[in-house]
Amino acid sequence: MSETASASIVDRIRGRLEGPNTIGNSTPFWVGLGVVFAALAVFPLLTDPYTARQSSRYFALAFLGLSLCFVWGYSGILSFGQVAFFGVAAYTFGAIGINFSSATGIGAATIGAVAVGTLFAAVLGYFMFYGGVRDVYVTILTLVVALVLHTFMAQTAGSEWAIGDAQLGGFNGMTGIPDLTLGVGASGFVFDGIELYYALLFGLFVTYLGLRVLVNSSFGMTMVAIREDEERTATFGYDVPFIKLVVFTIGGALAAVGGVFYASWGNYVDPTVFGIAFAALPVIWVSVGGRESLLGALAATVAIERMQTGLSGGVGDFLGPEWALVIVGGLLLVVIMFMPAGVVPTLDSIIKEQLAQRRGQSSSPTATEEASD
Amino acid sequence: MSSSSDPTVRQTPAVAATGDATDTILATTQLTKKFGGLTAVDNVDFTIDDGEIRCLIGPNGAGKSTLLELITGQLRPTKGGIYFDGQDLTDLEPHERIDTGISVKFQSPHVYENLTVEQNLRIPLQRTDRDTDAVLEQTLEEISLTEQVEMTAGDLSHGQQQRLEIGMAVTLNPTLMLLDEPVAGMSVEETREVAELIRSLHDDGMAFVVVEHDMEFVTEISDQVTVLNQGQIFRQGPIEEIKADDAVRRIYLGENA
Repeated sequence: MSETASASIVDRIRGRLEGPNTIGNSTPFWVGLGVVFAALAVFPLLTDPYTARQSSRYFALAFLGLSLCFVWGYSGILSFGQVAFFGVAAYTFGAIGINFSSATGIGAATIGAVAVGTLFAAVLGYFMFYGGVRDVYVTILTLVVALVLHTFMAQTAGSEWAIGDAQLGGFNGMTGIPDLTLGVGASGFVFDGIELYYALLFGLFVTYLGLRVLVNSSFGMTMVAIREDEERTATFGYDVPFIKLVVFTIGGALAAVGGVFYASWGNYVDPTVFGIAFAALPVIWVSVGGRESLLGALAATVAIERMQTGLSGGVGDFLGPEWALVIVGGLLLVVIMFMPAGVVPTLDSIIKEQLAQRRGQSSSPTATEEASD
Repeated sequence: MSSSSDPTVRQTPAVAATGDATDTILATTQLTKKFGGLTAVDNVDFTIDDGEIRCLIGPNGAGKSTLLELITGQLRPTKGGIYFDGQDLTDLEPHERIDTGISVKFQSPHVYENLTVEQNLRIPLQRTDRDTDAVLEQTLEEISLTEQVEMTAGDLSHGQQQRLEIGMAVTLNPTLMLLDEPVAGMSVEETREVAELIRSLHDDGMAFVVVEHDMEFVTEISDQVTVLNQGQIFRQGPIEEIKADDAVRRIYLGENA
């Protein structure tokens, strides 16, 4: 009796997490995801602190990848400026955290930074979507916003550019940004090194599941409808500008969360977070991984950043570290040429085809259950 | 807010749209749309009764599609008002007009080509309070696409896509349905199926405004026909009368001089 009750709860949870808008709607997928999660959980214990620390950085960037996947992959809004919300949140976290370095102060810095990044996205989104800015113009405008911030932050080297004790620092960046801290009063639990790794891993996992629920909900269906055909969706009575604004704001919030983690990870942020090279990275991660796949964006962000770290020492004797970006660019071209949907969706359809073929051969009745997954 | 409290508006058909005297549900008053020097819709007073099927015909450039787009709010009128079911629509956003009970299928086919038939129907359906499997199945049956439910809409035939589009508009359960050339490019068989679909929805009480060139189709479905020419209402009446009208024939043959 209780077994069936718990089974129905599992079914209900899976019903929320699964749907046509996500890859991986079968039991083997969830088992696989659990294994990956467990492996990532024991990973820091098996490796050196430096590698674990680098992994934290990939995870922080994965929030940025997810944010672009959400707005671009699911709603068709190609924002080239997700880094703007990421960077603004990083600077805000630094500015508040440096001035109020108690546990309470850093808590306020975290909330404040995410709020500022989100609000920034909401304001920019409001003017774009209610002003009728669409398609490629959204891409250009968001990139310009990031580049303007880059130019502005780069000229803040003078000592007059300070918020309280926090020097903006121009090209040298803002230094002395505190670690994430949880607690009330003067001191609390500090997330540094391995603690930050686990906070990020857990946060990323929860965010991924949360986004899966969202994109498989009726709101997610509406997002997809807008991506596929904006005009048609409006003729069903959907308030398209408003929905796009909501989506863009959520995307901004995700990027801002990444920015806070990033600033506290390196205790540092500089204007390159607004630069064109960094702004292009989320587009590359998401294109390679598969823009209509949250899992693809997540995996590609971590994998590509890991690869860049690997390449930063150069390859063999003949390719220097300067080749890292060239190789990433080449990867992007190859994927767009041969797997336009991205690596993860392509793999997914190959696996599905293989399963369908095998089922066709054996045509065993037990396999039909898989098909409905 | 209520237009009937305003004495200057009381004389207009808008009041009729509240259901006072007749059962008019849609009324436009002196509706005018100018594009630069061109007057596409010129002082049109157009009314639709509850539950009727009205065909809108006229030569190319007569203003038929413009009139529909003014009613749905895709275009803003230069002058005049639009009233539906007792409400003044003139200043409402397009999506707000849909919520008053108007549904529309535009001229160019716009199904979600990359999504399945089911998803195509779910998108409008989930906006309503009748988003159930039963309603979905009933709609699929009405548009004869039950077997294609898992198919990607882009893989459907032209006729199936047109039926799906009508089905998508129907799921909103509108009082009035606007169809712009629903049988354009369809085979005889497909045209007949659409006519049947419209008639059966009409039997359930749905009103239609249909822009169409296919006179056979028009004859098959409509009671009343409105002929537009150069943005104005040229003739209005039962289909047989219109077909027999020499002046109507002339404008269709381009001899309107």
